[in-house]
Amino acid sequence: MRETLLELKGLTKAYPGVVANSDVSFTIGKGEIHALLGENGAGKSTLVKTIYGLVRPDSGTMTMTGAPYAPPEPRAARASGVAMVFQHFSLFDALNVAENIALGMENPPKMNDLAARISEVSEQYGLPLDPDRIVGDLSAGERQRVEIIRCLLQDPKLLIMDEPTSVLTPQEVEILFETLRLLSSEGTSILYISHKLEEIRNLCEHATILRLGKVVGTCDPRATSARDMAEMMVGSAILVPEKEVGEPGPILLELDKLSAPAPHEFGTALNNISVQVRAGEVFGIGGVAGNGQDELVAALSGEMLTAPGMIKLDGASIGHLQPNARRAIGVCAAPEERNGHAAAPDLSLTENALMTGNTRMELSRNGFLDWGKARKFAEKIITTFDVRTPGPENAARSLSGGNLQKFVIGREIMQDPTVFIVNQPTWGVDASAAAAIRQAILDLAASGAAIICISQDLDELMEVSDRFAALNEGRLSPPKLTVGLTIETIGMMLGGAHDMEVAHVEA
Amino acid sequence: MLKLEKRPQPSKAWTYAAPIVAVVITMLLGAILFWFMGKPPLGAIKTIFWDPVFGDFAFYYRPELIKKAAPLILIAIGLSFGFRAGIWNIGAEGQYIIGALAGAGVALAFYPMEARWLIFPLMIIAGILGGLVWAMIPALLKVFFKTNEILVSLMLVYVAQVLIIAWSSGLMRNPEGRGFPGSRNLNQYPSAANLDLIKDTGIHWGVIAAVAAVAAAYIVFSRHQFGFDVRLAGQSPRAARFAGVDPNKMVIVCMAISGGLAGMAGMFQVAGPSAQVLGSFPSNFGFTAIIVAFLGRLHPVGILLAGLLMALTYVGGDAAQSAMNLPAAAIQLFQGMLLFSILSVDVLTNYRVRLTQRKAD
Repeated sequence: MRETLLELKGLTKAYPGVVANSDVSFTIGKGEIHALLGENGAGKSTLVKTIYGLVRPDSGTMTMTGAPYAPPEPRAARASGVAMVFQHFSLFDALNVAENIALGMENPPKMNDLAARISEVSEQYGLPLDPDRIVGDLSAGERQRVEIIRCLLQDPKLLIMDEPTSVLTPQEVEILFETLRLLSSEGTSILYISHKLEEIRNLCEHATILRLGKVVGTCDPRATSARDMAEMMVGSAILVPEKEVGEPGPILLELDKLSAPAPHEFGTALNNISVQVRAGEVFGIGGVAGNGQDELVAALSGEMLTAPGMIKLDGASIGHLQPNARRAIGVCAAPEERNGHAAAPDLSLTENALMTGNTRMELSRNGFLDWGKARKFAEKIITTFDVRTPGPENAARSLSGGNLQKFVIGREIMQDPTVFIVNQPTWGVDASAAAAIRQAILDLAASGAAIICISQDLDELMEVSDRFAALNEGRLSPPKLTVGLTIETIGMMLGGAHDMEVAHVEA
Repeated sequence: MLKLEKRPQPSKAWTYAAPIVAVVITMLLGAILFWFMGKPPLGAIKTIFWDPVFGDFAFYYRPELIKKAAPLILIAIGLSFGFRAGIWNIGAEGQYIIGALAGAGVALAFYPMEARWLIFPLMIIAGILGGLVWAMIPALLKVFFKTNEILVSLMLVYVAQVLIIAWSSGLMRNPEGRGFPGSRNLNQYPSAANLDLIKDTGIHWGVIAAVAAVAAAYIVFSRHQFGFDVRLAGQSPRAARFAGVDPNKMVIVCMAISGGLAGMAGMFQVAGPSAQVLGSFPSNFGFTAIIVAFLGRLHPVGILLAGLLMALTYVGGDAAQSAMNLPAAAIQLFQGMLLFSILSVDVLTNYRVRLTQRKAD
């Protein structure tokens, strides 16, 4: 048994309406690589923010090498030897590496000394980085190295890494892992947050699994299969609805070996996705974010065009059609990101209603906009979907996340689409609004539309979908009926697909 | 401690107040500047801003004001399309020069034929096409090779400047000009001249075009799908793509509009107030129009007012130069300060200033 570095006892933190952490206890040993595992919204971020002094717990205690530890702010946490690499970097593009690192230090040494230290540390830990390079020219992986070296210069006892591999290429991941293993062998503890199971199995020796703010299990990831961990993450609390399978409608949307290259550097290529969605059916797609969800929505909405024959509506190929041409034939979509993708934050709700509603709701004539009609459409969305706002002339950014989400989903559903694609319909939305949105999706299906619902919330998918499949590395697992789906099978679909991912990377 | 806090939505009041506050700040800074230069500050401000419109010699200055404002407004309206969509055409000056060369080229090619019904419209078309073609260079390079339109359009200004100097003493030189550089005087060629429509009012065809452009832009921005797409593309490019706006098409169309209007302004200028192709023809209208566009909040009516104000600083600056012996650079400095003020005051539209207490530690 290792010596204990940090012990958490009964940490609880509640926000209005949601308990982010509830009675969380675990220990991190010296030199241990400890994984913190959980779905989105499981409370991982709140927990590490507590350790890093950004959040104060409502109750519970922390002990660091035997002494009580309760950092009032990150500076105190850093002084106690806790360092953190955030998922989003805070670097200045116009400055060079050494200058960026100096900015984050309390007492920066002279530039020359610092540059020498940086070279030294980067060599020691196998993180190639030139202190004189301008940060703007660095890749995402190199930027992360800047953040890591900034932490290492403080000689941390505990290094927290929040989803570090989400922006890295496979080669960069390997380099990072080597560094982390080296650090661990030198006695630095690492708290590694991720929901990528294979990574954790590769790297970590201990895992704590969070679900809905509670610790639901611990395991040794090296000796536990990805499938078992996925099951723990999902929990046994999934309520599989007893849904009646009605008479299946005609096939509306068909994906036939849909493949597309990644649209940008950190995108995911779509790989041979085939599925048929019938009228009145909700097809649920699960899986961890960044596995092709955005790309699939883009291919279906028309933001990304695909080769002929891969996407068919009523048997006719539609992969070449622009977004508005697809709307005209009844294909509507609601992307995941509300601010700046599904809605323009600085424009009014009326303008946002016009944004996608123009084609189907006939809000213009000969290119001239009918603002009166657009305003009425916006008002209708606001009343029907109970969007809390003083009126349609308000900017989209003035709405809370949940209200804007209701507006965005409502805007598409009110257009009465025949095919509706929605990504993360209730992400960051409070429980009552989420229930309303799910009900609206079910109602739309009942009226005969074919729906693809992409989500990372398995409970949600079990609640709304008739069939279910998992998306992984741009591939879709074979669909299964949701009715009678067991936790084991879901775990296998998620975990099994993860095993596929590794095979894919090695190939 | 002062702290900037983002407003939940842009302040309507500040949207309108910002340009006015910026003008007042500029006047104050200008007054200080003039005071340092040993000139009477209030007198200088009055000479620049008051006398040309209401002073004793207003009858002379007012037509000048209109003639200066027209090209500024015409170019700025064109630029406002690109700027709203996040496409930065900084090279309107070059497109303005090429438009002038193309328009004058048509006139000189037909000289001395008398057929105004044919030649003048052809010159307008040539002017538009000249500016448009010049703007298509950065536009197409951006679309096909992802180059930066700011750099390319700016660099092409210098090419255009060299071109007009070369042609005014070469290709387009007046054969009867005793070897002096400069083309024939277009004002003396009735089929091509762009003179005052009503004598001594300063109103030539370019002024009519500028007013028409303001009206057209107003309608497009407030009521037409294209104007909406332009705004959407500028505000959130991803949302625009989702709404069905093709970003490449947006680059081409916005650059075409700004280049075309700048070229048209150049043509009206060379056939009117400037009268001939000459190395000294470029007068930075294409750059000043950038200030006009922002001072006018990229709004057509705002641009109309801003264009008039900027023309006033030119005309008033000339007056101050002759009456008070102010250097020409002081006026340019003044215009620069105006742009900085508007950009700084602009912050208040989206942010509010809060007094916060300094933390105890």
